[in-house]
Amino acid sequence: MRSIRSWISGQSISGRSIRGYRSAGVAAGIFLCFVVLLVYGAAPEKHLSVYSTAANYSLPIVQRQGREYIGLLELLDPLGTVSAKSDPPRWHLHYNNVLGEFIVGRSHARIQGRDTDLSGKFLMESGRGLVPLASLSSLLPRFLGGPATLHQESGRLFIGNIAIHFTASVSPDDPSHLVFHFTAPVNPSVATEPGKLRMTFGREPVTAPASPTLTFGSKTIPEATYSENNGAAQINVTTTIPLIASFSPDGRTITLAPPKSQTAATTAGATVPATTAPGVTATEGTPTTATATAPAQSSPVTQAPAARASTSVPRRYFAIVDASHGGNDRGEALSTTLAEKDVTVAFARRLRQELENRGISTLVLRDSDANLSLDERAFYANTTHAALYVALHAASNGHGVRLYTALLPYTGEDDRGPFHSWTNAQSSSISLSRAAAASVAAELKKQQVAVRTLTAPLRPLNNIVTAAIAVEVAPPASDLSQLTSPGYQQLVAGAVANGIASIGSQLGAAP
Amino acid sequence: MIPRHLFIAVSVLLLAVFTMSLYAWHMRGRAAASPVTSIDTRPVVPPVAGATEPVTLFVAYDDTGVLHAQSARIPMPSVRQQRAEELLRSLLALYLDKSSPHPLPEGADVRSVYLVDPGLAVIDINAAFADGHRSGVLSEELTVSSLIQTLSANLPGILKVKILVEGKQRDTLAGHADLSGFFDVSAINQLASQLQSASNL
Repeated sequence: MRSIRSWISGQSISGRSIRGYRSAGVAAGIFLCFVVLLVYGAAPEKHLSVYSTAANYSLPIVQRQGREYIGLLELLDPLGTVSAKSDPPRWHLHYNNVLGEFIVGRSHARIQGRDTDLSGKFLMESGRGLVPLASLSSLLPRFLGGPATLHQESGRLFIGNIAIHFTASVSPDDPSHLVFHFTAPVNPSVATEPGKLRMTFGREPVTAPASPTLTFGSKTIPEATYSENNGAAQINVTTTIPLIASFSPDGRTITLAPPKSQTAATTAGATVPATTAPGVTATEGTPTTATATAPAQSSPVTQAPAARASTSVPRRYFAIVDASHGGNDRGEALSTTLAEKDVTVAFARRLRQELENRGISTLVLRDSDANLSLDERAFYANTTHAALYVALHAASNGHGVRLYTALLPYTGEDDRGPFHSWTNAQSSSISLSRAAAASVAAELKKQQVAVRTLTAPLRPLNNIVTAAIAVEVAPPASDLSQLTSPGYQQLVAGAVANGIASIGSQLGAAP
Repeated sequence: MIPRHLFIAVSVLLLAVFTMSLYAWHMRGRAAASPVTSIDTRPVVPPVAGATEPVTLFVAYDDTGVLHAQSARIPMPSVRQQRAEELLRSLLALYLDKSSPHPLPEGADVRSVYLVDPGLAVIDINAAFADGHRSGVLSEELTVSSLIQTLSANLPGILKVKILVEGKQRDTLAGHADLSGFFDVSAINQLASQLQSASNL
C-alpha cells in the first residue's frame, strides 16, 4: 500500500516505472488467463475410449477445477457388477467383490482397506462420483486386479493386455506396395486427401510402433506416421501416387497399392469402394479397397446391397441391438429421475440375453453411458454386416410397444450407379424390415402386449443397409414405474426375441 | 516509461474487463442451469379478412396416438404462401388451446412457409416450438405428420417438405423425428393413413 502511495505521489521515478510495468504485467496476465479460460470452455468435448476384453466403449471427460475428471461408476459399469452408495461426504463403490470408499474433497481413497492416491480431489455431483483421469492408472488395477494403461493425452485406456500392435513394410518386389500387419483383426475407416491416405482406428486398441514415424525408403511411399487424438488412433501414409487399401480375409493385413492391382483384388473377392465419411467398410473376411484418388464425398455414400450380395461375408453377429441416446443425449425425461437413455440400455441388455438364449449372436451397440452419434451407430451396424438392426426407445406417453420401420426421406435422383445415398440406404431392405416388424408384432400380441406398427422419420433407420426396426416401449398402463419393472421388460424382450427368431431364416438368407 | 495517467486508465479498463468476464461467466452458468423458458415472441398477426373457406386440418391426439381429419372454415388469403401460413396457424391455434389434444409449448409458432416450385414447401418454425416440444418418437411424428398432411391436403402440388427451426436446419425436432432431410409427401400420406387408424397406444 505504501509503495502504491509513493508511486502515485511520484517520489521515485525509477521505482515507479518498474512497479508500473510489473502491475501492468500482472493485470495483463489475469486478463489473458480469462481469455484462455473462455476459449478453453468452448473447446469440443473430450472423450475417453476404453478398450477391454469385455467391451469397447467411450465416455465423456469433464473439466473440473482445471483437471480432467471421469465418472468412476460409468467407467466400471460395462466391465462387471457395480453399484454405488452415496452417503455425503462419503461415496462407496462395490465392483464385483471389491469395496472402495471415497470422500469428497480428499485426494486419496481406500480400496479394500488400502490407501490409494487419486492425484487430485474426489468430487461428487448429483450422487455421481468423479475421479481425476490421471488417477485411473493406479486406481483401476486395485478394482480390476489387472493392469490398466492410460494414454491420458489422447484419451485412451487399455484394460488388460489387449493392445493391437502392427508392423509396416514396403513389399520387396514392388516398392509401391505398403503392407501393414496387425496382431488382431482391424477395421479402420479410410480417408484420403491429396498426397495422403489416413486410416482411423476408432474401435480397435491399436498402439504405437517403436517410433511414431516409419520411413520406408520408397519414393512413392516415403513414410507413415502414427498419432493418437481424442480416443482414436490414426496412421497417416504419405504418398506421391494414388493408393487403394485392400483388406485380407482375416482382417489382419492391409495392403496399400496403386489402383492397377484392383483387378487382382477383384479376382480374389469382391472389392468395395470405401468413403471418407461414415459408410460401409469391410469387416472380418471382406476384401475391401479404398480409392485414394477419390475426392471426399460431400455426403456419405454406402455400398449397394447388390454389390454386397456377391461377397461371402462371415457374419459375426446376427443382430445389433442399439440402446438409443446415451451420454449427453438423455432422450425423453420420462420422470424427474428417469431418463430414456437409462431405460434403453437396461432393456438392450435384457434383449441381448433373450436373443442369445435363442442362439442368436447379438451385439449391444451402446452398453454404457457413452456418446454415440447417429452416423456412428449406422456405421458400426453396417460394417458388422448383421442381419438385423434393432434400435430401442422408451416413452412415457401411451402404453404397450410401438414398432417402427424407416420413413424414407425424399431423395430424388441422389442414387448414383451402384451406390445408394446415405439417407436412403435402407430402401432396398425396407420390405425385409417390415417383415421383421410384423413378426415381432405378432409375438407381442401373443403375449397380450398392446402393439402398433408404424413408419417413422427416425434416424439411423434410413442409414442401415440391412433389415432395421425400432422398438419404442411405453408402460403397459398409466403407471410409469412399470416401464422399469423387470417382469414387464422381460415379457417384452422375450416376445421381441421370439419375433426375431421366427423370422431368423428369412433375415439370415438376405444378403 | 508509461505515463501515470495512461497506466491508471489501462488498469481501470483491465479491471473492468476482468469484472465483466467474471459477470459473464457467472451469467453463463446461471443460464445453463436455469430451464428454458419459452417467451411468446410472436408478432401480432393481422386478422385475415374475407370470406371463409372449408379446409381439412389433420389434428393429432396424444391420448389415442392418432391423427384425425377435421373440417373447418377459416378465412383464407388469396396468395398461396399466405394461405399455407394461415392453414398452419389455424392448426397451431388448436394445439395452443387449453383443451388441446396435442399440447405444444407456449409461444410455438410457424414463422413462415415458403413454397418453391416445383413442389417444395419449407416450413420455418420458431425455437419455442422445437425447444419446448415433448420428446418421443410418436409425439414428434404426430406433430410432423400433422403439419405436412394439413399443408399437402389443402395445397395440391407439394411433393416434398423441409422443416427449419428459426431459419436453420436442425437434426431432430425434440431428439427423435429427423428434420435433416426432405419429407416425401407421398410417404407422409401413407403415414397419416396409418396414424388415422384407431389406436389406444
